[in-house]
Amino acid sequence: MIGGVAAGLGARLGVDPVLIRIAFVVLSLAGGAGVLLYGVLWAFTPVAAPGVPRRPATLQQATSLGLICLGVLLLLRGLGLWFGDALVFPVTLAAVGSAIVWTRGDDADRSRWSQVTARIPGSHALSSAAPGPASPVRLLVGTLLVAGAVAGFLAGQDGLDALRELGFAVLAALVGLGLLFGPWLWRLVDQLGLERRERIRQEERAELAAHLHDSVLQTLALIQRNADQPRRMVALARSQERELRGWLYGQRDRLHEQTHLGAAVEQVVEEVEAVHDLQVDVVVVGEAAVDDPVLALLAAMREACVNVAKHAGVTTASVYVEVEDDQVTAFVRDRGAGFELAAIPADRRGVRESIIGRLDRHGGHGRVRSRPGEGTEIELCVPRRRQPQGPPQPDGEAANDHHASHPREIHP
Amino acid sequence: MTRAIRVFLVDDHRLFRAGVRAELGPHVTIVGDAGDVDTAIQGIRQTKPDVVLLDVHMPGGGGRAVIQAVHESLPDVRFLALSVSDAAEDVIAVIRAGARGYVTKTIAPDDLVVAIGRIQQGDAVFSPRLAGFVLDAFAGDLPPGVTSDDPEMDQLTTREKEVLRHIARGYTYKEVASRLFISVKTVETHVSAVLRKLQLSNRHELTAWAAGRDLL
Repeated sequence: MIGGVAAGLGARLGVDPVLIRIAFVVLSLAGGAGVLLYGVLWAFTPVAAPGVPRRPATLQQATSLGLICLGVLLLLRGLGLWFGDALVFPVTLAAVGSAIVWTRGDDADRSRWSQVTARIPGSHALSSAAPGPASPVRLLVGTLLVAGAVAGFLAGQDGLDALRELGFAVLAALVGLGLLFGPWLWRLVDQLGLERRERIRQEERAELAAHLHDSVLQTLALIQRNADQPRRMVALARSQERELRGWLYGQRDRLHEQTHLGAAVEQVVEEVEAVHDLQVDVVVVGEAAVDDPVLALLAAMREACVNVAKHAGVTTASVYVEVEDDQVTAFVRDRGAGFELAAIPADRRGVRESIIGRLDRHGGHGRVRSRPGEGTEIELCVPRRRQPQGPPQPDGEAANDHHASHPREIHP
Repeated sequence: MTRAIRVFLVDDHRLFRAGVRAELGPHVTIVGDAGDVDTAIQGIRQTKPDVVLLDVHMPGGGGRAVIQAVHESLPDVRFLALSVSDAAEDVIAVIRAGARGYVTKTIAPDDLVVAIGRIQQGDAVFSPRLAGFVLDAFAGDLPPGVTSDDPEMDQLTTREKEVLRHIARGYTYKEVASRLFISVKTVETHVSAVLRKLQLSNRHELTAWAAGRDLL
C-alpha cells in the first residue's frame, strides 16, 4: 500500500501483511474508518526492523482479523456512522472479495505463482496485469465473495427474481460470446506471452552483442594491428579467451569475488599476464578461504611471477597451489636462466623482502631452488587456520572443501 | 622418429582439425579425421589407428561415446583426450571411459607429438591439469554411500601423490624422475597405476560427487 504500515504492523503482530491490508481496504470502504486508522497507525508504527521472522498467515489469524473487522463495523453501526444495512454489508463483502484478489502478497508468494503460471501459455499477461499474486484459491474465494455481495445487494433491492431471469439471459449471452471470441482471446493472450519471450530473447542477444563488441571484436582488431608482434598477439588471444570463457560459463562474478583461493589465484595470474609478457599455467588443488596469511601468499606469488617475467628470460611459467589441512603451499616454476642465490647482492630486496620476509611475518616460509641454466622454483607456504567455511559439504568435510582445479595448458 | 604412428583425429571444429593436421603432418601419419561421433566410430573401425586424438566435447555424446563404441572391439586403439574444457568431471569421465591421457588444446606441437608417442607405447599422459584434477578427486574420504571393495584402489600411495604433485607443478616425467631419484620408467609405472585407479576406483561416483562439491 502506501506507507508500508501493513507490513510493519504485520511484523509486529506476526501476522501476514496481506491480511492486514485486506482489513484496511475493508474498513476504508465501510465508512472510511480504515483510512483514518491507516493514517494514525502510519504515524505511530516504528520502521520495521528487517529480518523479523514472519509467521505465515494462518486460518486462525484470518478469522480473528475478520472478527475484529466485524466488531469495528458493528461498533460503527452502533455509533451511527452508517449508510444502511442493505448497502454496507454487500459492499463490505465485495470489498473483502476484491481485496483478497488484488492485494499484494510478498515476493516469495509471487515467484511461486509465476512459476506455476509460467507453464500456462498466455498467463504472463494475466499475472503481469495483476498488481500482485492471486493464487487460484484466493481468486476463487474473492470471486465467490463478490458474487455473494452482488446477490446480497440485489436481494436487498428485491431484485433477485429479476436476476434469475436475467441470469439465464446473461449466461446464454456469455456462453455465446465465449464461443465466438474465446479462441481469439486465447490466441491474443498467447501472442502476448510469445512477444514477451521474444523480447527477453532479443535483450539477451543485445547483451551478448554488446559484450562481444566491447571485448572480443576490440581484441580481434588489436590482434590484426599487432600482427608483427606474435607474443603480444598470443597474450591478447589468451586473456580474451579466458575472459570470454568466464563470461560464457557464468563465472562473471567469480572473477571479482575474492573469497575463494582458486579465483584469487587466477586473478593474480591474470593481472601479471596482462602487464608482463608471460604465460602462466595454473593448477589449484583444494580450496580455502582467503584470509590474511593467504593474501600474503598471493602477494608473494605475484612477486615471484613478476620475477620470472623480468629475470628468467622465458615467457612461460607454472603455478601450482595446494591446500592441505594445516597449510597452503604454492610453487612458482620456470625453465629460465636460473641464478646462484649466493651471487645475489645483499641489497637486492626482491626475493628476500617481498617473498621470504612477507611469508615469515605470517608464520610461513619461502624457499628458492635455482641453478644457473636449470630454471628456478620458488616454494611458498603459509599455515592454515582450520576453520569451517563455505557451504557445508555433502560429504561432511566442512573444513576441507576441495574445489576444482582450474588449471590450463600443458607440458607433458 | 614417430612418423610410423598412425593417428586418427576427432574434433567437431574443422579449423582445429586442419591446424592439428598441419602441425602433426611431418611427425606422424594421420590416417583420417572426423567431425562427429558416428563418422568417428566408422572411421576408427575402418582405419584401425594406433592413437585417436579425441575432443572431449562434441555433439552426440562427446569423446566418451566414441571410446565406448570402439574400446571393446578394438582394444589396441588408444585414446588421448584433447579439450579446452575446464570441467573436472568431463575430463575424468573420458579417462574412466578408457582414454589414457588428457592434454589441453593449447599444447605446443612438439609436446603433442611426445604425448602421442607415449600413448602409443601404452603409457599414460598426465598433463599438469589432469594431475591437479586427480589429486582433487582422490583427496579426502570416499563419498558417502560408496563402499570400498578394494581400499587399495580408492586411494593414492604417498609416492603416487608425490609424482602427481610434481607433474602438477610443471615437471616433465624426466625431471620428476631426477627430483625423486627414480627412473623415468618408475615414474611411468606410478602414473599408469594412478590411471588404473582412476578408471577402476569405487570413486566412480566421481562425477556426481564432483558436481556436489561445486567442482564447476
